Amino acid sequence: MAYRRRQTIRSVITAAISTLCVGLLLGFTIVNAPGWDRVQARFFDAEVAWRYLPAILKGLWLNVRLLVFCAIGALALGLAIALVRTLRPSVFFPLRVLATSYTYVFRGAPLIIVLYLFVFGVPGLRLQGTPSVLVLGGIALVITYSAYLAEVFRAGIESVHPSQRAAARSLGLTYRQTMRYVVLPQAVRRVAPPILNDLVALQKDVGLISLAGPVDAIRAAQIGTAETFDYTPYVVAGVLFVLLAIPLVAVTDAVTVRAARRQSAEGAW
Amino acid sequence: MPSKWTIRQAAVVGAAVAAVLGAAACAPQETAAPTPTGTDACAKENLPTKTPGRLTIATDDPSFPPWVLDNDPESKQGFEAAVAYAVAEQLGFTDAEVTWVRVPFNAAIQPGPKDFDFDINQFSITEERREAVDFSSPYYDVRQVVVTVEGSPIAGATSLADLANAKLGVQVGTTSYQAIVDVIKPTVDPAVLNTNEDVVQQLSNGTIDGAVFDLPTAFYITAVELENGVIVGQVPQPEGGTPEQFGLLLDKDSPLTGCVSRAVDALRANGTLADLEAEWLADVAGAPELS
Repeated sequence: MAYRRRQTIRSVITAAISTLCVGLLLGFTIVNAPGWDRVQARFFDAEVAWRYLPAILKGLWLNVRLLVFCAIGALALGLAIALVRTLRPSVFFPLRVLATSYTYVFRGAPLIIVLYLFVFGVPGLRLQGTPSVLVLGGIALVITYSAYLAEVFRAGIESVHPSQRAAARSLGLTYRQTMRYVVLPQAVRRVAPPILNDLVALQKDVGLISLAGPVDAIRAAQIGTAETFDYTPYVVAGVLFVLLAIPLVAVTDAVTVRAARRQSAEGAW
Repeated sequence: MPSKWTIRQAAVVGAAVAAVLGAAACAPQETAAPTPTGTDACAKENLPTKTPGRLTIATDDPSFPPWVLDNDPESKQGFEAAVAYAVAEQLGFTDAEVTWVRVPFNAAIQPGPKDFDFDINQFSITEERREAVDFSSPYYDVRQVVVTVEGSPIAGATSLADLANAKLGVQVGTTSYQAIVDVIKPTVDPAVLNTNEDVVQQLSNGTIDGAVFDLPTAFYITAVELENGVIVGQVPQPEGGTPEQFGLLLDKDSPLTGCVSRAVDALRANGTLADLEAEWLADVAGAPELS
């Protein structure tokens, strides 16, 4: 035990020293590069960063709200499509075809084009009660991301061994009950890491809605950059996005570790 | 390394030739540039125009309203046609002594010999273009214009106050965006879009009430791209900041540049340019000033 602890301490110290060396080397190289002064003025100007921070934060708030609504919508729609795709009875064949083509089309279609169709095409129909471009953009995001999430959910559902279903049905559970109490809990737990991964990606993609006119964090930074010929606002927005992603990424990692531990424990017993 | 030597020799010879040519090119410019005492340098008989005693002015074919009406610059109808004749008059040429030639826009801004004394065709003055051609003093500061479609809530707006609650669209990173946030200051956040095409699409979709473009773009868009497009009016020029400016284009190091610039400056000083702008852009073309 003592030997093990010593080994751990040694490896931690080695890691710390090596990290410090690499960090110093990188910092030294960048700061001493011939163009560093110019880069510093163009990308890391504290005054410009401070001036545009409020506008970028205001934009980021739009990103956050969109992320929450689109994530909920995409998860719900994705799960529904996955359930339809895994329906077994042949009478549901048309539904299955529909769900399958949906995942094929919207995983293949570039998000930006789906967005364009929704925010520029749909209002052009001039139908009564057309929602605002913000809502239409949100719908486009939900449609695209639910196609990805549906496939993740389906992988999870199909990874549950058929014997589980058979056992559940033989106990007298209905199809619905089998899905609800036996299959889905296992499926969702297994695919939680990739789903959270998709949500992190969604967090960055919700900003694409700015092509419809609403000013998100990146657009606010773009406006600042156009006004000052200085890229600092982009760096500010980038840092804010990373900060925003950290909780989600941390949760993803924690879930992955927990799942791995649980599965290895299952294997051991 | 024989090839290296050749390059070096060529460079030396080239530099020498350039120096001689440079000196030669400077010489006529010095004599032609208007001197404060020599008032005659810009007198009509001293002007080294393409055809002595006549002024050759170029524009594109076709040229469009509101710059030239009916593609007929000789009629003096349209802002640029009128400015061209005003400059000619300032230089001492009568209307009959003006000859028009047609030169495509892109051909005019290329370096190389020119068959006109000056060209008037909405040339924005830029440092890059100054490498290849000369520009006179600017005769027009590009204005920002509010555009909408018939039936929009702001279609009849006459003042900035009428635009206070309008949802305006604009291309990102443009002077038009600055005009919205600095001058119009609407209570609704503007829709900031990637391209002018996106702005036009949203305007025809009705997802925005109006849009802001620079004046030449506004005329083009209402004439060509936007169905039922109407011009609401011109936004007052914001304080500070240099707007895009149009200048008369001349051959690089043309002996006329100084005199033409002086004529344009005189027209600006005596209010002729402002009057022509009000007449042709605000009244005839229908882009009134928003107060």
